[in-house]
Amino acid sequence: MPSVRDLKRRIRSVQNTGKVTNAMSLIAASKMRHAQGAVLQGRPFASKIQEIIADLAAQPRDEDSAMHPLLQVREVKRIGVLTLTPDRGLCGGLASNLNRRVAQFILAQTSPVRLIVVGRKGRDFMVRYGQDVNAVFTDLGDRPTLADTTAISGLLSDAYTNGELDEVYLAYTRFVSTMNQEPAVDRLLPVTPAALTSAQRVGYIYEPDALTVLGSLLPRFVEMEVYHALLEAIASEQSARMVAMRNATDNSKSLVGDLTLDMNKLRQNTITNELLDLVGGQVAMEG
Amino acid sequence: MPTIHLEIITAERRVFADDVDIVVAPGMEGQLGILPRHAPLMTALQPGEIMYRKNGEPTYLAVTGGFMEVMGDRVTILADAAERSDEIDEARALAAVERAKQQLSRRDSYLQLQEASVAMRRAQARLHVAQRRRSRTTGMGPGSGGAPGGGAGH
Repeated sequence: MPSVRDLKRRIRSVQNTGKVTNAMSLIAASKMRHAQGAVLQGRPFASKIQEIIADLAAQPRDEDSAMHPLLQVREVKRIGVLTLTPDRGLCGGLASNLNRRVAQFILAQTSPVRLIVVGRKGRDFMVRYGQDVNAVFTDLGDRPTLADTTAISGLLSDAYTNGELDEVYLAYTRFVSTMNQEPAVDRLLPVTPAALTSAQRVGYIYEPDALTVLGSLLPRFVEMEVYHALLEAIASEQSARMVAMRNATDNSKSLVGDLTLDMNKLRQNTITNELLDLVGGQVAMEG
Repeated sequence: MPTIHLEIITAERRVFADDVDIVVAPGMEGQLGILPRHAPLMTALQPGEIMYRKNGEPTYLAVTGGFMEVMGDRVTILADAAERSDEIDEARALAAVERAKQQLSRRDSYLQLQEASVAMRRAQARLHVAQRRRSRTTGMGPGSGGAPGGGAGH
């Protein structure tokens, strides 16, 4: 049976935890706003570059001219997966949902899977389960620039081009809304251009020529895809953290309420008992 | 007078969007001037300067490479990086030119020379744009052609 003093101490401790989680949820909210803005700002570039690649891929091509290496579809012997996970926890089930999704994906493959991991949460998980982790990137921060991710996308493009990997997938948490984020595994390489109907074809004049433009466009497309996925992953992480921390703050408030009620009951009980004792003693003396 | 809608976007943000009279960009095969009703065109860009004129007033931006798409009366520039003149630190640009010059004079491997010469062109483009702003502000008083705000700082 806890004493009033125990309860008081407990209440104070829960209150302090509540203050911390409240601050964390506010910080996550502000980071989330920034990350969402970054995702939106990158969207026009992403859709434009996809349009152009689709148009380029629909260009008539001579049979003998080689296809760009990033478009070549090969027999799959080795698969690469880039997984974008958070560095820090306290964001609900986000990291474990993604890790579970990637693990399912790996189990479903018949060819060996090699991993490139961004974030501590993914690294710890994959290393613990003895997966083939090829490279790890951590501490990219909350506001990565395109330049921060070019090392990662370059690594993937190179591995694909020189035949180390025959397919590359991108695993990240897609940002659906503030309340809802879902783990996703998308194919990054080979690049699959969207199919165009003939009405959508523009028929540009290409300068110097279509193949050269495509050749310099594709690596940028891969860079952009990786960067964009990272931005989405960060937006998801911060929203999940904000929601988790807000729930924690609410829980701490209701816990404080319950504990205060208990404490008051206990105090009243003590007082009543003391009064009973006093009155009982009086009656005994008079009697 | 017909205008063209110019949009300059990078993977990180939209740098510029407005209706302008003419756009001049550094294409792979030389400077390209785009006027309204240009044929559909898609070209890679070199590091250099983009110039656009609005109401007779020219404005310059530094671009480090990318693509330009012309379609109907819309021009879209997908830039690796683009900076307005007020975002460029002239001293840093100058230092970058010097650094590139040194690297070029060292005569390392072919690849490094290539890299250095690209870096050189990028730095020179920045420097030119920055210097244009200075000559303009001293000539016409401060605040001329003020570029639209909202540039996210790095």
